[in-house]
Amino acid sequence: MIERFLFSSLALLAMASAGALAAETPASLMARYAQEAGVPVSALSAARGAALFRTEHPGRDGQPVRCASCHTDNPKQPGQTRVGKRIEPLAPAANPERFTDAAKVEKWFRRNCQDVLQRECSAQEKGDFIAWLSQVK
Amino acid sequence: MNYLLRGIGVLTTVGLVSLLAFSLPSGEARGDGGGNTLPQLKNKNWQQECASCHIAYAPAFLPKASWRRVMGGLDRHFGENASLDPATQADILRFLEANAADSGTSRMGSKVMQRMGANEAPLRITETRWFVRKHDEVARATWSRKSVGSAANCAACHQQAEKGVFDEHDIRIPK
Repeated sequence: MIERFLFSSLALLAMASAGALAAETPASLMARYAQEAGVPVSALSAARGAALFRTEHPGRDGQPVRCASCHTDNPKQPGQTRVGKRIEPLAPAANPERFTDAAKVEKWFRRNCQDVLQRECSAQEKGDFIAWLSQVK
Repeated sequence: MNYLLRGIGVLTTVGLVSLLAFSLPSGEARGDGGGNTLPQLKNKNWQQECASCHIAYAPAFLPKASWRRVMGGLDRHFGENASLDPATQADILRFLEANAADSGTSRMGSKVMQRMGANEAPLRITETRWFVRKHDEVARATWSRKSVGSAANCAACHQQAEKGVFDEHDIRIPK
């Protein structure tokens, strides 16, 4: 009984502190993007997310560009910006802060989809992308 | 004897000045610790947003007109989309203008302005005459070393660039 009480208060505490620090999880963001796209979460595809990450596109200046140009091919490895600043790994397995702040996630999708694809990403693409990264072990 | 007294005097002054400098609350500090050290500034958005891709370049390196151009074109920021929400963008611009080279808040800024033409508003710090002159002994091949990358990477050589310290003796040019 006491154990149970302790456990549930600990769980509550964990939830409360997680809520105070960061309101989102990869799973809650996937749910949000699936809803926005009008599909069930089960319709998000890790394979499509991986393809989005790896596909090369003609950049704004004609130079080929892909997500991996800065993030490297391995989402568990840190990447590097063009001026040499470290980019923390994309995969939550290597970087627990990833996909925990909805505004930050939206900001970087907006910027990077424009840079790589020359357009915004759809809600489905964003959901696929997170679906892929959250199953990287 | 005279030299000894003078030496003690100098040491005491330096000690007092640095004590003063370090005890000032950093956000309000107007004095900089010398010509090559920038005032310690605080602005959450500037530090968080600008420093996610490069070091948060000090406002004192460019005049207000330059910062207005930079912040007005964030959707094509040196080839990349660095757009922000309007409130964050406005907050950062206010901060940059208040501490810009021509705001009279730092000695570094005054030095930058001494060599700036009246209507000049360069987009890059590396285009200012002050920067070019300060780095005229650095060979082109040095800038393009893999360990440096480009002239935008202050911290490659200025070990304490992120703290605003650009003293000559903190420079170590990587191989």
